[in-house]
Amino acid sequence: MNINMTLIGQMIAFAIFVWFCIKYVWPPINNALHERQKKIADGLDAASRASRDLELAEQQASETLRESKEQAAEILEQAHKRSNQMIDEARDQARQEGERMIAQAKSEIEQEVNRAKDDLRGQVSRLAIVGAERILESSIDEKRHAKLVDKLAEEL
Amino acid sequence: MAGNNPTPVEYIQHHLQNLTYGYHPEHGWSIAHSAGEAQEMGFWAIHLDTMGWSLAMGALFIWLFRKVGKAATTGVPGKLQSAIEMVFEFVEGTVHGAFRGKNPLIGPLALTLFVWIFLMNLLKLVPVDFMPQLFARFGVEYMKLVPTTDPNATLGMALGVFCLIIYYSIKVKGLGGFAKELSLTPFNHWLLIPFNLVMEVIGLLVKPLSLGLRLFGNMFAGEVIFILIALLPFWISWTLNVPWAIFHILVISLQAFIFTVLTVVYLNAAHEHH
Repeated sequence: MNINMTLIGQMIAFAIFVWFCIKYVWPPINNALHERQKKIADGLDAASRASRDLELAEQQASETLRESKEQAAEILEQAHKRSNQMIDEARDQARQEGERMIAQAKSEIEQEVNRAKDDLRGQVSRLAIVGAERILESSIDEKRHAKLVDKLAEEL
Repeated sequence: MAGNNPTPVEYIQHHLQNLTYGYHPEHGWSIAHSAGEAQEMGFWAIHLDTMGWSLAMGALFIWLFRKVGKAATTGVPGKLQSAIEMVFEFVEGTVHGAFRGKNPLIGPLALTLFVWIFLMNLLKLVPVDFMPQLFARFGVEYMKLVPTTDPNATLGMALGVFCLIIYYSIKVKGLGGFAKELSLTPFNHWLLIPFNLVMEVIGLLVKPLSLGLRLFGNMFAGEVIFILIALLPFWISWTLNVPWAIFHILVISLQAFIFTVLTVVYLNAAHEHH
C-alpha cells in the first residue's frame, strides 16, 4: 500500500481511456441513440398527424353524408310537391274539359231542340195551311199568303 | 492459502500486498518478494497487478462499448446494445442533471469513470483466494486483484480529475478570475484574503483527496472483510460470504456512481462563475 509510480501510471491510463472514449466510444452510441430518439419522435408525430387527418376526413365524410341526405330529402319533397301539383292540374283540366264538353253538349242539345222546334213549326204551319186548304177547299194563293204563313210560323 | 499454513496475520498481509516491480537499492530492478522489499523500493516502483487489472478493465470497457457503438443501429436494438445504451443514458442523464455548462468532454469522462470503476470494483466479487492461488501456480507471489483497493489507482484517477478541475477553472474564469475566486470567497474583503486563500486552497485540495480516498476506503474495507471471512472454516464461510457479496453488488455500483457524480459536480463548479 505504498504510494508509488502506479499513481502516475493510473493517471496516464485514465487520460488514455478518456481520450479513447471521447474519440471512439461516445460519438457512435450518442449518434445512434439520438437518431433513434429523433426517429421515434418523428414516428409519433406522424402517427398523431395521421390520426388528426383521419378525424378530419371522418368529419368531412359525415358532413358530406349529411348534406347528401338533406339534398335527397329536398329532392323527394320537390318531387312530391310536383306530383301533387300535376295531379291537381290534371284534375282541374279534366274538370274544365268535362264542363266544356257538358256545355257543348247542352248547346248542341239546345240547337237540336231549336232546329226541331223550327222544323216542327214549319211542319205545323204547313199542316195548318194544308188543313186550312182542306177546310176552305180552295187553294190559297201561296204567293199571296206566304208572308202570312211565315208570320204565323214565327209566332208559333 | 498461500505458503505452508500461514498465520491469519500473514494470510491477510499476503492478500493485501501488491505485486510490485521497481528499483530496489540492493537487488536493482526486480519484483519485490516481500512487503518490506516493496516498501524499500520507495516511489520508483509500480504495482503490476493494479496496473494490469485496471488496464484490462479499461480495455474491456473500450472494446465492449466500441463494439456496440460500431454496430449500433438506430432501429430496434439487440439485448447487448440495449444494456449498453441503458448505461449510456444513465450516465448521460446524470451528467445532464449535474452539469449545467456545455462541454463535450464531460459526458465521455463520466462514462469512462463510471464503467471503468464499476468494472474494477466488480473484480471484487471474484473469490479472494481464486486469483492469488491461480497466479501462485505460475510462480507469481502476490496478486491483489481489485485495482480500486489500491490507493494509487483511486488517487491517480482523482488527480486526473483534479487536473481537469484546475484546467477548466483557469480556462473558464481566466487566471485572474480563478485567483480571485480563491482569495475573495467566501469573505469579500482584502483584509481576509489570507484567510480565504487558506480555506479555498484546502477546499480545493480536499476534493481529489476525498474523491480518491472514499473509493479506496470503501473498497479496501470491503476487501478486508472478505479476507477475514475467508479465514473462517470453508463449510461456514459462505454464510457470511454470500450476504456480504450481495451487499457489495450495491456498494460496487454506488461507489462508481458517487465517484462519477462528484467528478461531474466538481467540474460543474469549475465552470461556474461566482
